[in-house]
Amino acid sequence: MQRPYLKIDHVCRSFARGSTSTEVLKDVCLTINKGEYVSIIGHSGCGKSTLLNMVAGLLPVSSGAILLEDREVNAPGPDRAVVFQNHSLLPWLTVYDNVRLAVDKVFSRTRNKAQRHDWTMHNLELVQMGHAKDRRPSEISGGMKQRVGIARALCMEPKVLLLDEPFGALDALTRAHLQDSVMAIHAALGNTVIMITHDVDEAVLLSDRIVMLTNGPAAHVGEILDVTLPRPRKRLDLVANSQYIRAREGVLKFLYERTHFVDSAA
Amino acid sequence: MSVTAIKKELAPQAAPVPAPIVRMPAQRASIMERVTPYLHGFAINVIPPVITLLALLLIWQLLCDRPGATLPAPTVVWNEAKDLILEPFFNLGSQDVGLGWRVLVSLERVLIGFGLAAIVGVLVGCLIGQSVWAMRGLDPIFQVLRTVPPLAWLPISLAAFRDSSPSAIFVIFITSIWPIIINTAVGIRNIPMDYRNVAAVLRLNAFEFFARIMIPSAAPYIFTGLRIGIGLAWLAIVAAEMLTGGIGIGFFIWDAWNSSRLPDIVVALFYIGFVGFILDKIVGALGNLATRGTAAS
Repeated sequence: MQRPYLKIDHVCRSFARGSTSTEVLKDVCLTINKGEYVSIIGHSGCGKSTLLNMVAGLLPVSSGAILLEDREVNAPGPDRAVVFQNHSLLPWLTVYDNVRLAVDKVFSRTRNKAQRHDWTMHNLELVQMGHAKDRRPSEISGGMKQRVGIARALCMEPKVLLLDEPFGALDALTRAHLQDSVMAIHAALGNTVIMITHDVDEAVLLSDRIVMLTNGPAAHVGEILDVTLPRPRKRLDLVANSQYIRAREGVLKFLYERTHFVDSAA
Repeated sequence: MSVTAIKKELAPQAAPVPAPIVRMPAQRASIMERVTPYLHGFAINVIPPVITLLALLLIWQLLCDRPGATLPAPTVVWNEAKDLILEPFFNLGSQDVGLGWRVLVSLERVLIGFGLAAIVGVLVGCLIGQSVWAMRGLDPIFQVLRTVPPLAWLPISLAAFRDSSPSAIFVIFITSIWPIIINTAVGIRNIPMDYRNVAAVLRLNAFEFFARIMIPSAAPYIFTGLRIGIGLAWLAIVAAEMLTGGIGIGFFIWDAWNSSRLPDIVVALFYIGFVGFILDKIVGALGNLATRGTAAS
């Protein structure tokens, strides 16, 4: 990997409210290789979601640039599919139609109707949601909604998959289950993934690298931790793994010693 | 055996009372217990309105059934206008037709005027909801215009159309469009940011965004506007027809007044009330059908 796949180059972002403007992110630099799973972790309010939204193109950068395969990102698009924290499924469409809407949009020219149907079902099966294809989002559980959200993002065949605290609203058991699913999908498809999280265990378990942001305002990349644990990773085997424990300790130390928690940001 | 019956059996065992004594009446009561909830539901929904209606009719009868009363009592209405009640669809020539036909003529006008108002209102509402500029420009104008009473539009529209039927339709249109515009605009402004983000990531074009996101997401608001709109339209048509003439139910009332047929007016009022009630229920039911699933996310 000589040329970086995704390059975040001295990105700054400030929000103006009236005459005062607050600088949320300052000079964030990060390069991500193809197929890499990168987690971004930091305290609440430090600008994690802002950074992800800029990569998605939903927010413009104030200065600096984001390059995906040497092209500047300046608008949202299906090559950077987002799994939103609160699933964001359209409640008036069935599970199938939610995914199909994305499939139809992205592959309207390249695939015919039958192929698009098969591809929709394939992605639903990938997240084990084929059985609920005719249900509406209000009729399925939170974990299932998030699975459908993941299927909707995967079906676009994105260059980068952006996960915005995808498991944040779920209970611990459902979360563990979904993390395993995401690991399996990542192993099978080799996607490039950026995940926002504030769960240290989740970051260590899933990631190749953990990017730790300092506290805002003017947050920047404080430290990057390589997680070299071999894949496939098994949750139970890792509990006593010394490498895992060291990685976990490193992140925790960064979060609670180097950057003090700011009450007002909570 | 029903669950309630089983519970009845189990309960006495826990109590110090001997079981066999209690079991027999409990079993006998089970059939009654099954029917009672239905009877009860029927009773609480039907008996109060029936009693109230009878009481009101009685008061009406007592008030109007004396010499010198200015309004007809219910019995007088029934005796003099029962053909209007019993035969809504008779047809004895150009102006002598049943109230059913008249209501249908009025309904046709309302449906044309209201249909146009629904289409234009939703489109303009989307524009105002979506574009801040359009909102700032148009909202003050609409806020002023919507307070103009329906009938105040009639002379202007008579002058413009030079015919009574399109004028009546225009009055319906202009009366019912405001709540549709305003509610649609509120619905569009309340589309969650999440749905807009989804549309942005999928790169939906303007038409797809309109059809797949805006309309379904704002549907509950739109139908609230439509429901208020149809109510106003029905209010306005009767008044407009009283002035423009023709076959409609409004003109019938005016005509009956001029020929001193008060019982006919009373019957016509009931027709208008029932039709308005049914129109409201129809739009409400359509709204429930169209927005199922949207309300709960």
